[in-house]
Formats: sequence, structure tokens, C-alpha cells
Amino acid sequence: MSLDEYTRREFKQVGTRVRRPDGVDKVTGRAMYGADATAPGMLTGRILRCPHAHARIKSIDVSAALALKGVKAVITGDDFAVPEDDFIRDVQENCMARGKALYDGHAVAAVAATDAAAAKAALKAIKIDYEVLPHVTDVDEAMKPGAPVVQAGRVQENVPKGYSENVTAHFEFGHGDMEAGFAKADKIIERSFKTAATHQGYIEPHACLASVTSDGKADLWCCTQGQFYVRTLCSSIMGMEASQLRVTASEIGGGFGGKTTVFIEPVALMLSKKAGRPVKIVMSRDEVFRATGPTVSSSSDVKIGMTKDGRITAGEATLRYQGGAFPCGTTEFGCSAAFAAYDLEAVRTYGWSVLTNRPKEAAYRAPGAPMAVYAVESVVDELCLELGLDPLETRLKNAARKGTKSSYGPTFPDIGLVATLEAAKAHPHYKAPLKPGQGRGLSCGFWFNFGGNTCVSLNVNTDGTVGITEGNPDIGGSRASISLMAAEELGIPYERIRTIVADTSSLGYNDVTDGSRVTFAVGLATIKAARDAIKKMSARAAKIWGIDPEAVEWKDGAAVPAGPNAGKFPPMSLAEIAAVSAETGGPIAGHYEVNADGAGVSFGVHLCDVEVDRETGATKVLRYTVFQDAGKAVHPDYVEGQMQGGAVQGIGWALNEEYIYGPDGRLQNPTFLDYRVPVASDLPMIETVILEIPNPGHPYGVRGVGETGIVPPLAALSNAVSHATGVRMTELPMSPPRVLKAIGGT
Amino acid sequence: MRYLAAKTAAEAAGALAAEKGLTRILAGGTDVLVQLRSGMVEPDLIVDIKKIPGIRGIVAESGGFRIGAAVSGAEIGEHAALCAAWPGVAEGVQLIGSTQVQGRCTMVGNLCNASPAGDAVPSLVAANAVARIAGPDGERDCPVADIPAGPGKTTLKKGEIITSIFLPARPDRASDAYLRFIPRTEMDIAVASAGVSLELNADGTVKAARIVLGAVAPTVVVADDAGKALVGTNLDDGALAAMAKACEAVCNPIDDKRGTIEYRTKMAGTLAKRAALIAYARAGGSK
Amino acid sequence: MTKLHVSTTINGDPFEFLCAPDETLLDVLRNRLGLTGAKEGCGTGDCGACSVTVNGRLVCSCLVLGAEAEGAEVTTIEGMADGDELHPLQRHFIDGAALQCGVCTPGILVAAKALLEKNPDPSDEELRYWLAGNLCRCTGYDKIIRAVQAAAAEMRGA
Repeated sequence: MSLDEYTRREFKQVGTRVRRPDGVDKVTGRAMYGADATAPGMLTGRILRCPHAHARIKSIDVSAALALKGVKAVITGDDFAVPEDDFIRDVQENCMARGKALYDGHAVAAVAATDAAAAKAALKAIKIDYEVLPHVTDVDEAMKPGAPVVQAGRVQENVPKGYSENVTAHFEFGHGDMEAGFAKADKIIERSFKTAATHQGYIEPHACLASVTSDGKADLWCCTQGQFYVRTLCSSIMGMEASQLRVTASEIGGGFGGKTTVFIEPVALMLSKKAGRPVKIVMSRDEVFRATGPTVSSSSDVKIGMTKDGRITAGEATLRYQGGAFPCGTTEFGCSAAFAAYDLEAVRTYGWSVLTNRPKEAAYRAPGAPMAVYAVESVVDELCLELGLDPLETRLKNAARKGTKSSYGPTFPDIGLVATLEAAKAHPHYKAPLKPGQGRGLSCGFWFNFGGNTCVSLNVNTDGTVGITEGNPDIGGSRASISLMAAEELGIPYERIRTIVADTSSLGYNDVTDGSRVTFAVGLATIKAARDAIKKMSARAAKIWGIDPEAVEWKDGAAVPAGPNAGKFPPMSLAEIAAVSAETGGPIAGHYEVNADGAGVSFGVHLCDVEVDRETGATKVLRYTVFQDAGKAVHPDYVEGQMQGGAVQGIGWALNEEYIYGPDGRLQNPTFLDYRVPVASDLPMIETVILEIPNPGHPYGVRGVGETGIVPPLAALSNAVSHATGVRMTELPMSPPRVLKAIGGT
Repeated sequence: MRYLAAKTAAEAAGALAAEKGLTRILAGGTDVLVQLRSGMVEPDLIVDIKKIPGIRGIVAESGGFRIGAAVSGAEIGEHAALCAAWPGVAEGVQLIGSTQVQGRCTMVGNLCNASPAGDAVPSLVAANAVARIAGPDGERDCPVADIPAGPGKTTLKKGEIITSIFLPARPDRASDAYLRFIPRTEMDIAVASAGVSLELNADGTVKAARIVLGAVAPTVVVADDAGKALVGTNLDDGALAAMAKACEAVCNPIDDKRGTIEYRTKMAGTLAKRAALIAYARAGGSK
Repeated sequence: MTKLHVSTTINGDPFEFLCAPDETLLDVLRNRLGLTGAKEGCGTGDCGACSVTVNGRLVCSCLVLGAEAEGAEVTTIEGMADGDELHPLQRHFIDGAALQCGVCTPGILVAAKALLEKNPDPSDEELRYWLAGNLCRCTGYDKIIRAVQAAAAEMRGA
């Protein structure tokens, strides 16, 4: 890790609440999202989806569909070559089934037609003969020997015998002597928990516009968190060279991890290739729920030992995650995050990845962490209650800090958990009185954060303005943050900078907008690109002045002689240097390319007060406060926004959101009517307290802030409801019927 | 599909009666368009009734109100006299959907969609509201309670449309209330609901009570015994408990994604209790 | 299906279009008239991203047929600013960071404007209930409520 990047400085622009550059477009309806693009001769693409939870596709007859007027192409899984790579094959098969449909909503065929009505008629005309197979959607059921096997041959070597083939992977993390740890405890509590699958719930359904030409070139416009990764996946699936596929990211209407992969893009490309015309596909909300990434559902056991004075002596968690019909990559994150907030001598987490007849899990904000931390933080809370300990003091006593060997391996550098807990302790919310029937809950949360492949170009224009080209879709104000960091480094006003998000042909590879990486990694690359440009501008000034480039330094947006020995020249501003660049060597640009490490982990603490109606089981959130370490809040408004948005998604997960399957294995609530995301009237204001404990791995100390906020709410709410009702809650969501039943009201 | 914006009720009824294929009536469209979109229905003819004279008006009649079939929830909420006389009816219709849906949705549409969970229906039935129906054979009146026949089904005959709802005059010392339970604070379909209409004696005891439950049976249920349990009382705890019990006894709900049998049954009693207390206070009763 | 000819007024300007009888106003705005500011988030009236007003009433344009726009006055997000001058709501949404991804923003602005025309001084609770049909998944609504209240205060001259 490069932990020497940070230097303390007084910021002039970073930390201010400037207007975002895309604001006017977005409040006037002008911003172009996935579904807003058109192309000459464009066809409408539609996808046919399997109505069964699990079915062999015995035959597909598309002849009647093809014979209809206006229908220009029909494709099935057989139109795609079988990718050699397992992972790419999974992505492709999730986009369109081959041989077997693995979940309700799995794509089985697609059409392109001259208008929506013709496309709809074509879907109806496709005849599919299914052999319906037994299915399984529950994680615990799917693990049992004899359960219907979703996919055979996917079991990793380290999975012990005695389980269903649906169990594909096993993980183990931890250190210390567990037996000795538990022996030291005065109180041990062991509990089992369940959490339902939830969906990212972005308001913009997936949409794309593909155009493949007969000479093998292609353009793809889509709403995605990562245009470069879309290019990688689509070019692999289509057997194209990356250079021939240009992917442009539209404005994105929310993603939260759910737009980090492809669902409809390869289908649109294949339809376009076959039809010889541009094809647009826009998912319906029903398709979004049935066929795009929900998060995992989980079943877990947690056992924690504690001494009378509140020291945790040992902690153990077993996490069983189902990630749908394909091997799930999230279990490992859950195992690593479960005990991350604690400094433990003995800790162990075991993870199991399980296949079920559900849609393929996609990343959702801190993937895998919320349900793991929910279970652990619930048991810690119960121990505090049983032992008569203050839950905040107890967490402080056991908190991970600099030098702690984390439960997942690495030793922590400077981290902000203790400061965050102290801030919560000092906040009036923690001491505010509660009325009967009300309860207060508390939980810590954690996310690793991520750096990754990043490159940035910074062009100095001859009028003294600056253009920044970066490669990560702006999902919540990142163009403003990137411009701010460049302005800070260059010493010019924020308003003189414009940051744009480039297509895949205009810049080197950038990893997906995920892992809370953009402000950290793109910010770092922007700062370094600015320094590169500064070096070049200083050299130009040196050339004009006839002095050594080393004798020039950059101060307040201008080149100045480095000292009295360098010579006496008035400062040359960025604008002055840029204006004469043609005479001093041509255009000036700064670049930086990096696979960034040094991302700083971010801890959060959430406090919430609830009131439970004992006659209906309904929970009302009365007050909510988020404390989180941002490292450095580059644009505090959008940092607060991330904290608030994450908290509210977590509140939804805790109280009402869930994937509901019927006995037939079909999803029963693929609508915003019955998949109940929080609405404005459900919520109080979400107070925020930003902590700034600098990340040593970033020049300005930035950590990511996007994901941590969804981790604590599950346990914070569950602990609050448990306190309000006097009954320990162990299953999410805590929907009113479930709560009423738990408290004996029905 | 053909679209017809009928100019008169007779034209609408005639077109609906003459159509051999599937038909739908469009007033607010907040159910019909969802069904069209999902492919659940593919009508051959859709008749927009909003251009029929008088169908968007609320008029005083015989001490009560006649409400046109195309009057939106928002318009009902803005009619002060109607809201004062029948607050339970007004709050029921205003609970349908969002503000946006309120701009379009109608009581009659809610009634004819025939969902047992329709928010407008329990209070209308509790109010003894009467539907006026235009059809190929002319006009007839029918108690609202007799319109729903089961989930998605009504007793209306081919070619018939409801043109208005009549809410009778209110006696003195009478009022109503409607409550539903939903998991969120807005935007959900009722898991269970209760409309209560009360008339009090001069001494504050209940003279008459009509209690109607929603989402706990294939159609709304008139809980006669529950109403009787309140008569002669001033809603003491014992009366309320007996009333809740009587509500639970008439429930015949289903288990689904929105609620369990046991939960819905329990909620019906709880909501009826709470709604009765509100109606009682509105009628001038004091405890 | 035979198409219908519809004459309507959108944001004060006359428009004519042909549409299928089952085509929604949202589809007409987006696909026939190039007014893509209204978004489709659900198509079933559950998210509010397609909010417009028809004859002064706030509605989901996905729950209105294009044919019903005959003779009506429709307003959309594209008509909210006065030329290059943003409406106070639009300005306060930018200044107060009341949007992250921005896809729900047009619908929320149209809905909030409809409320302030009816009730210039709503309580937070009235505002939250009025906007309950406008889903936002990014912000947790906090900054949206604050921005609408700031705009309302400015519009009241407070």
C-alpha cells in the first residue's frame, strides 16, 4: 500500500459546496439518460422471459415471429458462441439462457422490430416448449443434499462433502484460539438470523442503444457504472476486438452496484448485428426486478463471548449467502466485513456460497457486508443488554484502531472508528430521552473501499481554462468533486474547469464506478495529472525566462521563480502560460495512469430512534443520525448525500423491502407497488456528522464514502425495534406482520 | 384497440353494448392503464366517459350529494361541504395512490375495479351510497354494496356504466371514518381496512353503526354484528372489544405478499376500533 | 391499430401528433415529441418520474392516454424554466444538492411546483406526503425536502 501520499494542507476550494456542473441539465430535463437516445432507422428490441423458476428449454420456434410484418431479427441463446471463460459464460447465459432457464424472468429470446407494437406481437408469436423442473429459492433448502440442482459442476474443491451441489464455495477467515477465547467469556450468546434479498431499486431501468455495422464496428450507448467493463464483457461475448466497440455511458439514473455488469447490452448488439440496424432496448420495471441484480439473501449464525466489563473474548460467524443461479462473489466480502469493527484476539468467519433459482446477484452498495454486520451487531447489542453495559462504551472498548490486526487479515493504518464512536457519544441524540414504546438502536458499519485502474487527461486550454477527461460515470456529483480537486491543485477557480466522462475510445481503461473508488482513485489521478501539467507549465515558464525548469515552482495558480537565486521574474499565471503555449512547444496537457492502491477503509456509526405500534407491528423511524469518516469531504453536500442515501436504503432493507417468492418459485412482487422502497413520508430528516480522519493513501486524505452508509442501518433498526418491543428481532425485513407475530400480537 | 370519447352516457352504453370484443371504461385510468401496460387485458374498445356532461361534477341533492363518476379523488378532497358531511368517504377515496394518482382516480373506478382492497369502497358501503347506472335499457339505481361480485368482478351487465354515486343526507349527530393499514405511510394497497359510519343519540350513545371491512374477504364485508355491538354504548372498552371480535369473526382473508390470514384478521378488528373512535368523536360524541 | 390525431398544448405551445389508441401520454411526449424530460421509472404510477400536469392537475403521464390530451393544457419539466432563468425550485435543487443521479428530479420538480401553487407554505409533513408518489433512491429525501422549503420561502418573499 502506498501510505505516504497524504500531506496536510489548508484547502482553499476542496471542502466547499460548489454547484455541480451537470445541475442545470438535470433540473431542466435536458440530461440524456439511457432511454433518451435515438438513432436513425432505430428498431425496438424486446426480450422474452421464462415464466418458470426452473425449466429445460426443449425447443424454441421463432418462425411465426419472423414472419410478422416489421420484425427484423429474432435471437435466442444459440445465436451466441459459448464463451470459454467460466465467468464470461455466466454473464452471457444470464443475459440469455442456453438450454435451461434458471429463474423466473430469465431471458430466453429477443426480437427487434420497427415499433413497440410489432415487437410485442413478435414476442407473443415465439413458441417455446418447456419442461418444468423442480426448483429451490431458499438458501438453507438449497444447501441440503437432494435439493434441486440449479447448475451442476460448479463446486469448488474446498467445499466439504455432504452438501448439495448448489454449495459452490466455502470461505474461512480469522485468527486466534477460539476455544480459549470463549472460555474467557462471562456471557456467550449465539443466535441465528435471516435477511431477505433486496434490490438496488434505481429509478432508471436499464436501457441501451446498440449499432453494429457490417464491417464489424459497433457503438453502444448505455446507462452503466462502467463503460470500459461493458466493453470488456460485450466484446468477449460478441467475439469482437475491444477497439471496434465504442461504449458511451449515458447519464445514469442510479446504480448502487446494480449497473456494474451487463444484462441487455449483448442482446441489443446481437439483434443489431442480425438486423443490420440500430436497436434500442429499454427494460420495464418488471424486467428490472425479475432479471437484474438483487443482492443475496442470507442465513447466518453468530456466536460472541464477552466479559462482564464488556471485552469481547471471541467472535464467530457462519454466513450462508445465495446469489441466485450463478456462483456468487459476495460471500467473501461478508466474511471479511463481519467483525471488521472489532479488535479481537479470537475471531473466525465461515462463508458458504449457494446457488438457487433466483436472478444472478449483482453488487449492491457494500456487497455482502450489511447482512453480516447486522448479525454481529445484533448479538453485540444483546450482550450489552444482558450484561447491563452501555452499547457505545462497549464498542469503544473493543474498537479496531491503528495497529489492530483486522479479522480479515491486514493490519489497520490510521482509521476513524474510535473518532466516529466518540462523535456519536458526544452527540445530543445519544442522550435524548425516549418515551415508552420507543427504542434506540446503534450499530457500527464498515466498508473496505477500493482504488483500481484509473486514468485521467487534463487539458490546459489557451484561454486559461481546463478540461478534464475521466472515465467514470458520474452517479452522484463526482464531476464536481473532480473539478474541485483539480482547481485546488492548479490554483484556478472551480468554474474554469469542466470535467467530462469519456467514451471507451477516448481514454485508457478505467475500472467501474464501484467500491466507493471514484473520489479516491479518480481524484488521486486528477491531482497527479494536474501535477504533471504543472510540471510542464513550469518548464514553459522556465523556457520563457531562460532559467532551469527546476528553478520554477507553482504557487496560487502561477509559475514563480523558486527563490532569489532563480532570477527576478513576475509570476506567470496558468492563463498567461497557456496563451503563449503555441510559441513554447504546443498544447499543454497532464496525464496520469495508475492501478491505485491505498484506498482507506471507512467506518460509520448510526443511531436511530423508533416507535413500534404494538397493535399493528408498524415501525416509525423518529430520528436518525449518521456518523461517518470521509477522510476528507471534497464536496460535503454530496458526502452527506451518500450518507443519507445509504442510510435510507438500509432503513428500507430493515423494515419492508424483500423479494417474495411463491410456492411456484416465481417472484411475486416485481413492482414498486409491492417492492416497498421508502417513500418521503416514511422518513425523518437524516442528520449527518462527517468525520475527517485523513487516509494516508490519498494526497488530500480522501476515503470513499459511498458504501459504508448502508451497512449499519440493518442492525441499528433491529436493535431499536428490539428495545422498543422487548423482543429480540432476528429476521429482516421487520415488516409489520412479522413484528406483530414476534411480539405475540397475532 | 379503438378509443371512443363518448359525448353522452347513452352513446357510451350503446358502444359498450354493441362491441363484440373486450371493453374497458376509462375514467381516471389509474387501474385500466396499468392493466393495459402489463398485457393483463387487451380490450378491443376503450370508452372514455370524461366528456359526458355532468360526469365531472358534485351537486347537492335531497340534502346529500351526487358525485359524478369521473370526479377525481383530488376534486373530492377540495369539496369542503362533502368532506364535512362524509369525512370517512372523502378520506377513503383520498387514500388511493399518490398525489399524481389522486389527480385522476375516481370512486367509481375504484368500485368497478372490484378489488376487495379498494380504499373508496368500505366507506361508501358504510354510508349506504347508491350508484346510478346507465345502460342499454335506461337508467337504474343500485346500492353500492351490491356492485362488487368478487375480485375483479361486478354485477354490472354488459353495456352498463355507473354515471354517479349518491351519498344520502346526514342525520344530526352522525359521522364516519375510514382507516386502512399499509406497511409504508403511502403508496401501498390496503392490507386490511375498515369504514365506520355512526349515528348518535342525544345522550351520546350510539344509535346506529355500520361497519364495513376491506381486504379481508373476496368483497368488502358488512360486519352487522360488529355494528350491533356498538349500539347503545358510548364506545366503552368492552363494546369496542366485542366489536373487534365480531369483525374478526366475519373475516375470510387470503395469505399473500401483502399480509397473512392471521394478520389481516387481527388488523380488521384493530382498524375498526380505531375508526369507530374517530367517527364517534366526529359525530360529537365525547368519552 | 388506426392512429388518432390529437391537438394539444404543451408548455403553452400548440402541438399536433398521431398516436395509437393505447399509447400513453408519456410515450407520446418522449417518443413522438422529443420531450424526454419526463422519465419512465415503472410505467404503473408507482414512482412519479413521469409527472406532468394536465389542465393544472398533477398526474403520472404513464397513466394518461395520449388521446386524452386532446384539447388539454399539458406542462412538463421542459416548461418550468422561463427561458434561461431557472425556476426557484430548480435553482434550489442545484444549490442544495437535492439531486444525485437526477433521474427522479424532473418528476419531483413538477410535483413540488404543483404543491407550492396550491399551498405556498407547506409543513415538512405535508410536503413529504405530497411527494410520497415520487420515489428517489439516491438522496433519502432529506435534501429534497430542504430544497423545496428553501424555494417555497423564497417564493413567499420570506
